[in-house]
Amino acid sequence: MSVQAEAIAPRRKLGRAASKFMANRSAVLGGVLVVIFVLLAIGAPLFATHDPFQTSFTAIRKAPSAEFWLGTDELGRDIYSRMLFGSRASLMAGVISVAIAVLVGVPFGLLAGFYGGWIDAAVSRVTEALLAIPFLILAIALAAFLGPSLTNAMIAIGLSATPIFIRLTRGQALSVKTEDYVEGARAIGLPNVLIMTRYIFPNVLPPIVVQATITIATAIIAEASLSFLGLGQQPPNPSWGSMLNTAKNFMTQAPWMSVFPGGAIFLVVLGFNLLGDGLRDALDPRDH
Amino acid sequence: MSEASRAPAGVDIILEGHSLSKRFGGRGGFFESSPVVHAVNDVSLAIRKGETFAIVGESGCGKSTLGRLLLRLLEPSEGEILYQGQDITRLGAKEMRRLRRDLQIIFQDPFASLNPRMTVGAIIAEPIRLHGLARGREVNARVAELLRTVGLRPEYADRYPHEFSGGQRQRIGIARALAGEPKLIIGDEPVSALDVSIQAQVINLLEDLKGRFGLTLVIVAHDLAVIRHMSDRVAVMYLGEIVELSDVDPLYEKPLHPYTQALLQAIPSPVPQGRTERQLLQGDVPNPTALPSGCRFHTRCPHARPRCSEEHPPLEPVGEGRSVACHFWREIQAAAEHPGDPPLASATLDMRLELYRTYQTRKAEQAAPHHNPTGGQP
Repeated sequence: MSVQAEAIAPRRKLGRAASKFMANRSAVLGGVLVVIFVLLAIGAPLFATHDPFQTSFTAIRKAPSAEFWLGTDELGRDIYSRMLFGSRASLMAGVISVAIAVLVGVPFGLLAGFYGGWIDAAVSRVTEALLAIPFLILAIALAAFLGPSLTNAMIAIGLSATPIFIRLTRGQALSVKTEDYVEGARAIGLPNVLIMTRYIFPNVLPPIVVQATITIATAIIAEASLSFLGLGQQPPNPSWGSMLNTAKNFMTQAPWMSVFPGGAIFLVVLGFNLLGDGLRDALDPRDH
Repeated sequence: MSEASRAPAGVDIILEGHSLSKRFGGRGGFFESSPVVHAVNDVSLAIRKGETFAIVGESGCGKSTLGRLLLRLLEPSEGEILYQGQDITRLGAKEMRRLRRDLQIIFQDPFASLNPRMTVGAIIAEPIRLHGLARGREVNARVAELLRTVGLRPEYADRYPHEFSGGQRQRIGIARALAGEPKLIIGDEPVSALDVSIQAQVINLLEDLKGRFGLTLVIVAHDLAVIRHMSDRVAVMYLGEIVELSDVDPLYEKPLHPYTQALLQAIPSPVPQGRTERQLLQGDVPNPTALPSGCRFHTRCPHARPRCSEEHPPLEPVGEGRSVACHFWREIQAAAEHPGDPPLASATLDMRLELYRTYQTRKAEQAAPHHNPTGGQP
């Protein structure tokens, strides 16, 4: 009887999390926003109406019109097309810098949390020292040190976001390693490397996924800030941040130059934040 | 090595502990120091091949710690552990891993002891692959066989632990423990988290497996009723020490140590006629960071005398393979066998009785002059 009642399809946990996510309207909105921006970035050449690098002295700072949907900039380039290509820089900066932060931060966090002792002491002190510096200041300092380019900006943002992931992973690993199943893994003689990869890592993953989506939003803003300061995407390549940078000189004469890239940053960050919140709620096992 | 742990000649000893101690804490950081918890103190024991050896005691007495020390899941602060005559506390990580195949553990909480991110099949296959006992499809065949052995359907291998009930999960835990073909399994309260009806099933399963695979079982438990049913010898622990070690039947029929007596009296009797007046223990287990002087049990012992708080009683052999750690066990035993003798009473008990008598006489005096019909009631 009870055996029959418990005969449930595998991966029900994931299914339950998915249905919970779908029931959360703001999470779905976030997901849709993110998907739209990703599709626009991938299909930028298809959707673009103009060459994003094509300057035109006859079409400088034109207001939005049938020809230039979102207007033109100070060199007569189509803002809509430039934003499409600029979304690639923004999304890449968000995803790649967070990937760097996760790839560096999670192993250090696992080592510190699992082994404790002097490894933990060393990793934690460095992490705390880095966390004492404001995120954006650190990113700017690193980007300035590495030299202005989109790649260096991504590295700088990634390294600045790393301490958050070290801290999070370490804390989770500390709580997971006291579980009986970890002791059971030691009891069968499993080497520490396998205990970390098979037992600790999969069980600390959900909060890391959530933190990653939220940090993508932060990283996109950081990239825009660095580009705004001239430390990110270099002209003539477009990025939302560098577009804002030039637009600031024409705030009153050509507001469309700043409103649209600014609005795009706002929407994509909102999308990632809502997605992250939704994932956090959906993956929280306490509500199951 | 105390006399108590020495086995009679001709008995095959599989696992031995010599003067094992485990202390927790005491180090702390640079600025703080945590109190030292004496979890296990100078415990020696020898587990015979093929027997079921039980370790019982209240929670916090160090029985689980002792179990983990024997498997070297915890490093002992002092003492050594001999597995088939070999000191395993000195083994390197690699040799120790190889040895772990022989020594397994079943955990108390079936909801915490299985990795929630692995399928049941992967959980059971892990020790098989790790120790190279089978390869490829053979592994799946072994997993299916193990599932059948513990009374589960082989199809369950694709499912995740959260899809099973407590009893089923405990069976999965047992299957995993068996997967490495161990010689000795330690059960850390293997049934105490389960429903009573399921407890019996799991106990029967363990006994069955013990017979089939020639296992040696060490059962850590706080439930003496379960222990009597399945074990051959019992070690009773109190505050990190073994206070009595005996074959199971003599221990239940004639407990020697006052603590064992108190534990046995705490078992509920199913027969109303069989119920005797209980002498339940007063107070809590003393703080293991500040151990009592002398005999550790003297603060709660109904037979305590001045000597008990001064001198620590060693675990001494008393014949018939039994050992007990009590200065006065002979007198206590003699008093119990001659019910006519006045019971050995403690000073506190005398004082309480005196107070009670005074109270009763005063009450009688007050009630008498008024002829109050309710006066006789308490």
